[in-house]
Amino acid sequence: MSSPYITQPTSVNALMLRVLGALVPAIGAYVYFFGPAILVSLLLASVTALLCEAAMLKVRHYAADAFLVDGSAIVTAWLLALSMPPLAPWWLVVVGTAFAIVVAKHLYGGLGSNLFNPAMVGYAVMIVSFPVPMTHWAAPETLAAAHLSFAQDLRYMFAGVLPDHLKLDAVTMATPLDTLRTQLKLSHTLSEIRRLPIFGTLGGIGSQTVALMYLLGGLYLLFQRVITWHIPVAMAGALALVAGTLHGIDADHYASPGFELFTGGAMIGAFFIATDPVTAPTTPKGKLWFGAGIGVLTYCIRTFGGYPDGVAFGVLLMNMTVPLLDAYTQPRVFGHAEKETTRGKPQ
Amino acid sequence: MRPLFRFNGGIHPPQHKSESAGQGIVPGPLPKRLVLPLHQHIGAPAKAIVKPGDRVLKGQMIGQPQGPISAAVHAPTSGTIHAVGLHALPHPSGLQDLCIELWPDQEDRWIDRQPIEYREKDPTRVLDHLRSAGVVGLGGAVFPSAVKLNPGPPGRVPTLIINGAECEPWITCDDALMRERSGEIVEGILIMRHLLDAQEILIGIEDNKPEAAAAMRRAAAASPFPMEVVVVPTVYPTGGAKQLTQILTGKEAPSSGRSSDIGVACFNVATAYTVHRAVNHGEPVLSRVVTVTGNVRQARNFDALIGTLLPDLVALAQPKDDTDGFIMGGPLMGHRLPALDVPVVKAMNCLIATSPALFKPAPRPMPCIRCGRCAAACPVKLQPQDLHWFAKASNFGKAQEYALFDCIECGCCSYVCPSHIPLVQYFRHAKGEIWAREREKKAADTARERHTFREDRLEREKKERAERLAQKAAAATAQAAGDGAAAQSKEDALRAAIERAKAKKAEIVPRNTENLPPSTLSEIEKIEARRAQLREAAATKSLDQKED
Ligand code: SF4
Ligand code: SF4
Repeated sequence: MSSPYITQPTSVNALMLRVLGALVPAIGAYVYFFGPAILVSLLLASVTALLCEAAMLKVRHYAADAFLVDGSAIVTAWLLALSMPPLAPWWLVVVGTAFAIVVAKHLYGGLGSNLFNPAMVGYAVMIVSFPVPMTHWAAPETLAAAHLSFAQDLRYMFAGVLPDHLKLDAVTMATPLDTLRTQLKLSHTLSEIRRLPIFGTLGGIGSQTVALMYLLGGLYLLFQRVITWHIPVAMAGALALVAGTLHGIDADHYASPGFELFTGGAMIGAFFIATDPVTAPTTPKGKLWFGAGIGVLTYCIRTFGGYPDGVAFGVLLMNMTVPLLDAYTQPRVFGHAEKETTRGKPQ
Repeated sequence: MRPLFRFNGGIHPPQHKSESAGQGIVPGPLPKRLVLPLHQHIGAPAKAIVKPGDRVLKGQMIGQPQGPISAAVHAPTSGTIHAVGLHALPHPSGLQDLCIELWPDQEDRWIDRQPIEYREKDPTRVLDHLRSAGVVGLGGAVFPSAVKLNPGPPGRVPTLIINGAECEPWITCDDALMRERSGEIVEGILIMRHLLDAQEILIGIEDNKPEAAAAMRRAAAASPFPMEVVVVPTVYPTGGAKQLTQILTGKEAPSSGRSSDIGVACFNVATAYTVHRAVNHGEPVLSRVVTVTGNVRQARNFDALIGTLLPDLVALAQPKDDTDGFIMGGPLMGHRLPALDVPVVKAMNCLIATSPALFKPAPRPMPCIRCGRCAAACPVKLQPQDLHWFAKASNFGKAQEYALFDCIECGCCSYVCPSHIPLVQYFRHAKGEIWAREREKKAADTARERHTFREDRLEREKKERAERLAQKAAAATAQAAGDGAAAQSKEDALRAAIERAKAKKAEIVPRNTENLPPSTLSEIEKIEARRAQLREAAATKSLDQKED
């Protein structure tokens, strides 16, 4: 072994644990506003992810001990579970997670080699394949017409059975983004729409608090240097800029930057999903372009596209540009002129 | 306050300086055997000028510098030359090289020391003196100082930087030297300044060495030429010459060039000290301060004689029982010694005794997760994660394009990598591979060149012989034939010959004259015409000549 003989006491494992820890406040808010069903989704997704991971490691002849505990599969599982509707049927979570781990992660080469963000691949496949259950979002408990007990939650998730007197509509409702879209189609103005009970000061009731908690967790990750500021700032900045411009032009039809940032997946996307190091650029400039691209795409898909949220597709589209971004945003090497074609030569 | 600049990244490893710092410099042993390698510096090895049985005095030159870049080797004490032969060097591969073995007589008798008055002497005399005093960079580069102190055109190096940063963990030899011998360091700096005619002197010291900085400040205050002690933040690798230069001046030494290209010369404090001893006291480099630390009971800085075998030296520091090896240099850029039976050399600043507890084996590497920490830590602003990828795939062209050869092997990237990828090992390997390939290619090129050269020579010799014969033949013809008619027919013959020769030439000889201006071309035509004539003449006369 040659030098260096010392290494920083850090590991992939430790990084992933911090990411999981940073998600906890948001999960807490989730439970508070939408009930404990999300915990079941998280557990389901985690177990599925670990099983798939173990199976794939075995097939690919990798040392299961080191890789299984690296934590990356759990992070994928949690991000996916948090992107799916709470009260999602069990098979939706399981199939989505399995797809994320088996196809998006391992068939692309496993940890460190996958081009696309596995959680977002899982999400995208699910929303394309099963659009109906993927859009049945549990209503915040304060707004729901009826209230499900935890046992009833479980029954619905695993057997698809609601208590006799209830219809699905009583416990689910459209997301704030969906509501906004439908209401705009019905030619309501934004100020009218925002007066609907589902909306709070920032975004939707409940979901805005969850978004705030993502922000909090994201700041923790920044502070812990698990992520750098480039992607979150660029993504949020671009999203806010585009939203702000259109909102400035026509405040009746285009939501405010604050609304765009605190609804849907913007916050979890900016701090937790787009910052997945494996599928993001590594150069600072590349990260800025990457984040900004996701911000703009998210806005466009939300506002002009057909899907309920744009974060997942924004991330996936930008994932494709990563090799290019990396290649074209190489920083200037110490002692080199700004533009140089052949750099180091053997002495 | 001088505005300081920053280099990219860097790391803050645990320092472990307190173990050995502040204990004072302790004299090393005067052992029974000294082994003095003839090649302790960059450049050509010194040539042994003693033979077994010779009695030598302390400070006597026993290895003479060879060629423009070289440095002398001296007897560190008086005694008898026992042998001149191969001995293992403190090299990661356990390499053997030519060494002089000296058996001290324990009397430590000096030769007649000859200081020189550097201000009155021609600078080249002073440089010669340094060269024969064996003065080399003691910061680790061991580049002959006389070469670096050669000023060149006046005003070329306005800034002299003295490196007292000592940024690697565990090492405190420069710290100790600055604390105890600051006055002599400053004397040495004045000599260097004089030689380079520098206008500005900056002494960079990391802020983890306040005592050293204070001592240097005091000494600098007493100096007749102003010099500034600049305390810089403690970040590894501040002690890299290019990094320290950047911190102090904001200038980046060009990748392909030297510090002097940006008007800076950078020397280690210990080098300044030896310059002073050599010039003002006539004492060549016979010893150096070596930190012995790590898994030992008494970590100390020893003023060890060059050539002291390490078992003799480390015994003084009392290694603990679970010591399982030694690192020469720091833990980030040093290397493990395959065996301890090697001598102290000029490049040796530190010996760290290791134990499994103190230096835990690196955890198993995981795949790169592209987290970018390595790039953020790289002082050269490389992209280690990309280089690693290229190196692993043996894509050496791409690795070079991504500036592999700018990597200073500082180890920051490996240190921070959460996947514990031995990045620097990959880079060393890739560089070695590329060098090997270059060498192979060069060897092939040389062989090819030699072959072509020989062909050319044979051809030329044949031609020359033919020319000589042709001259004789022409003379004979001229005599034989009548004047006017002969001249006329000769001209015709000549023209015909030219045509034939041209045709022939064009057929067989690849020409590299395509891009020449017309005037040159016509000249070449003429010359070739002359040659053709001679060849033609020769051909008729020399058919009976044997081929060679
Ligand atoms: S620090 Fe290690 S894991 Fe992170 S990008 Fe660099 S090589 Fe990859
Ligand atoms: S070893 Fe090379 S690549 Fe790694 S940080 Fe140092 S200079 Fe950069």
